Amino acid sequence: MTNGISNGIDFLSQALKLRAARQQVLAGNLANADTPNYKARDFDFAQALAAATGSDNSAQSLARTDPMHLGLDGSSAGQIRTFERPGNQPSLDGNTVDTNTEQARFTDNAVHYEAVLMFLTDQIKQMQMAMQQGA
Amino acid sequence: MSISTVFDIAASAMTAQSMRLNATASNLANANTAAGPGGKPYQARQVVFSEMLIPGTDASGVQVSRVTNDTAPPRMVYEPKSSLADARGYVAYPNVNVVDEMADMISASRSFQMDVEMMNTAKQLLQKTLTLGQ
Repeated sequence: MTNGISNGIDFLSQALKLRAARQQVLAGNLANADTPNYKARDFDFAQALAAATGSDNSAQSLARTDPMHLGLDGSSAGQIRTFERPGNQPSLDGNTVDTNTEQARFTDNAVHYEAVLMFLTDQIKQMQMAMQQGA
Repeated sequence: MSISTVFDIAASAMTAQSMRLNATASNLANANTAAGPGGKPYQARQVVFSEMLIPGTDASGVQVSRVTNDTAPPRMVYEPKSSLADARGYVAYPNVNVVDEMADMISASRSFQMDVEMMNTAKQLLQKTLTLGQ
């Protein structure tokens, strides 16, 4: 019976972890805005979320041939595939970070993070309401 | 995978940018120092940034990997009456390009402000996370 509610919370907590991971990657871009030869990185959130929650029909278990191999429950950084975003303008020192784009994405990701927090709060409140109704 | 790593990233960036500002300030202050200690004119300092892995995570911050001295030849000015003049009457002034240094200063302070913004956003998100469910 509680499957529906815990599924919702599991999904949202996975989304929250991925939003935090993306925040980290975008912060790294902003911090390295002046580093020579640094390439701006990002990852596709929708794809990563689908992979993490198993809804993209990929294999659920990773083959492990060595005890040091990470499983699906390991650090999610092992599964996130970051790509290098092509720069807008050529630069002398090989740096591809466009600070305006990066700041926009950083703020956008922060707003989405807060949105996920809001949905999680709603789910928790629903659970609390369900528990109280029984009295 | 946590928002609090963003604090470490922003802190590393702020440190790096403030070292860059220090180097620029040194250069500007010594732009006309003809004879430094040891009898040679001041050499402009440059900082070199490189990516740094935040220990314990896979996030990348930034660090100053080294501070180099500019090896360009000093600026020679003809001042035969100066006590620092060499045999031909030229005084060696530092190779500081003031225009370059001003542009560097603006860029460094702009980046620093951006990193402070980053830290404020991370703090806000963490505070919101703490009030989850209320």
